[in-house]
Amino acid sequence: MRVLVGRGSCGEAAGAHALQKLLQQKLLEEGCDIAVETAGCIGACFLEPIISVQDGDAFRDYVRVDNTAVEEIARMLCGKPNKASDYLMNCEDAQLLKKHPRIALRNCGRINPEAIQDYIAAGGYSDFTQKDILAEIKSSGLAGRGGAGFSTWFKWNAVRNSQGANKTVIVNADEGDPGAFMDRAILEGDPHSIIEGMLICAYAVGANEGIIYVRAEYPLAIARLKTAVKQAEEGGYIGKNCLPDFSFYVRIKEGAGAFVCGEETALIASLEGERGMPRLKPPFPAEKGYFGNPSNINNVETFANVPWIMQNGGAAFSAIGTQTSKGSKVFALTGKIKKGGLVEIPMGLTLRECIFDMGGGILGGKRFKAVQLGGPSGGCIPESLLDTVIDYKALSETGAIMGSGGMVVMDETTCMVNMARFFLDFTAKESCGKCTHCRIGTKRMLEILQRITDGGGREGDIEQLEELAACIKDGALCGLGQTAPNPVLTALRYFKDEFISHIRDKKCLAKECRALLTYIIDTEKCTGCTLCAKKCGAGAISGQLKNAHSIDNQKCTKCGVCARVCKFGAVKAE
Amino acid sequence: MDFSVLDAFIEKYKPQRGSLITILQEAQRIFGYLPVQLIEYIALKTGEKPAKIQGVATFYTQFRSQPVGKYLIMLCQGTACHVNGANVLYEALSNELGVSDGGTTKDGLFTLSTVACLGCCSLSPAMMINEKTYGKLTAETAVAAVRAIMGAEK
Repeated sequence: MRVLVGRGSCGEAAGAHALQKLLQQKLLEEGCDIAVETAGCIGACFLEPIISVQDGDAFRDYVRVDNTAVEEIARMLCGKPNKASDYLMNCEDAQLLKKHPRIALRNCGRINPEAIQDYIAAGGYSDFTQKDILAEIKSSGLAGRGGAGFSTWFKWNAVRNSQGANKTVIVNADEGDPGAFMDRAILEGDPHSIIEGMLICAYAVGANEGIIYVRAEYPLAIARLKTAVKQAEEGGYIGKNCLPDFSFYVRIKEGAGAFVCGEETALIASLEGERGMPRLKPPFPAEKGYFGNPSNINNVETFANVPWIMQNGGAAFSAIGTQTSKGSKVFALTGKIKKGGLVEIPMGLTLRECIFDMGGGILGGKRFKAVQLGGPSGGCIPESLLDTVIDYKALSETGAIMGSGGMVVMDETTCMVNMARFFLDFTAKESCGKCTHCRIGTKRMLEILQRITDGGGREGDIEQLEELAACIKDGALCGLGQTAPNPVLTALRYFKDEFISHIRDKKCLAKECRALLTYIIDTEKCTGCTLCAKKCGAGAISGQLKNAHSIDNQKCTKCGVCARVCKFGAVKAE
Repeated sequence: MDFSVLDAFIEKYKPQRGSLITILQEAQRIFGYLPVQLIEYIALKTGEKPAKIQGVATFYTQFRSQPVGKYLIMLCQGTACHVNGANVLYEALSNELGVSDGGTTKDGLFTLSTVACLGCCSLSPAMMINEKTYGKLTAETAVAAVRAIMGAEK
């Protein structure tokens, strides 16, 4: 019997560390000698904190654990009467967890990421030297999980065939897409899978150096990676002569915060200690990469799939998925969704199945409006396209992209014009400045969108946005610029009526754009409790106790606090 | 400030090509920010031009040219946090501390900084204060977290 506490970043924020200590202490008090170990996140973030008990191959997950639950679990572990089962994950959630095979997330939350023997016991670091690695990767159909979906085999093969010494394998762990956190979960929950994935790649392409470029914003992931690299070195799995006639050295490099460094040539510039600006391709990194040497770059989730493919064969991987997209993919479900967290699903499921079956649908009984896929390079997909299958090609046809797997779900209270403004604000800030169209074009688009959401929309704005979008797509060097207009273009494609109502009628249908709102008090419903008047920072609300109040719109700053505090639903925004 | 505490680190990393960012990260870890004098010192020790170092330091969001408060509040502006009302948190915290984005309170205790996605989307809206993550915040709980720190510091 083993006890694991889910201590990914989400678990930590929910108080898992304190619960682990408490459980250990309670077990000591009860006189039981059971170690309480650390694990990563199983993906069910909405159920954190989670404590899992492993019995053979079976796991029992105790969810939303609090101090009382810890006491019950301690009593259960010591064989005393208890009510621990009250905290067991319900059948529905437990079945969802098992519904689809997990490949990239196979070990997350199920092993101790700080113990290499756990990874080995789960089949890790097994011998792959007798296999035809490139043939297996080719037959698996694995495509890059970072966003572009480029064939992994093709990249590896190019590096192998590239002339030049000092080849380098680089892991892109600079997960910057707002709304995506699967790479963080894998790094925190199963860091050895990345190191082994790198090792397999390095052996296949003939590289002796490996670099993991990881975001500085992920302190826990960095700490677990450091531990894992040290353990792998000590165990002889990497380092000098780790394989017959083969050495492979791995180091970790902390990124310094620049979204554009997700682009591979920018990432290489950053590794070289320069400003992280992309350059023209070709030459591709496979020919001239890190300090001019042939380099292979894949993202975290891509590498996490590699050891599984070696163990189970490329055919087993390609048996999952669709004609054009093989294997499974991890998605981060967030926003207005009931069951927020990570899900790994086979390619080919529909968006509806992912959001409504796996994610449980929309929070608070509201109506689904759109799902944002692919972050600042992607787009918002409306309800009418929810039956689109999850496949690189099918998603691209909607105007969005698969991206790295962030799915931010929006309901009727999300304004799509403001959402487009939000993404342009992001890309305008993150544009590295090298290409004029991207640097200035995104800023001009942002200004227009800002003006529209501030109530200053004019006829011709939509056309100008479309024109700028086309120019930026054509004139930008890298993926950041080329895709930056996508969030605006998809919003215009599917939610043009919202733009028009902002511009012509000066109304925000989602009631999110403050400048377009007017707060009023329904005199029928107002009981004169005076709460709103007390909370109003602008002193805009007046009225006598037990008499209906009113709002002075000249003074009102439209902060909305009155509507939030009113217990009678008397304050309305129009 | 005595910059010489950085010497051993620079000596160790100087022979490694491309380690400028690593050196700047260590410098900021020790001194809290990168004043011009420190950039000039690193230039002297590494042989890089000060303009180049300044160029790199200003490119990345991690590097700061101004000191920060004892507690750095990083308020997430990712998509999930945006959808779940990050702007309400910003207003509440900005109001409570009397500073706007990037500002530091007069007592030097807090710096309020809006940041790109922290990767804690399932906890949205979220913020980090130093290395601790706070999730599922409302204006009230965000302010309460800050007040708890204020109380402990008194």
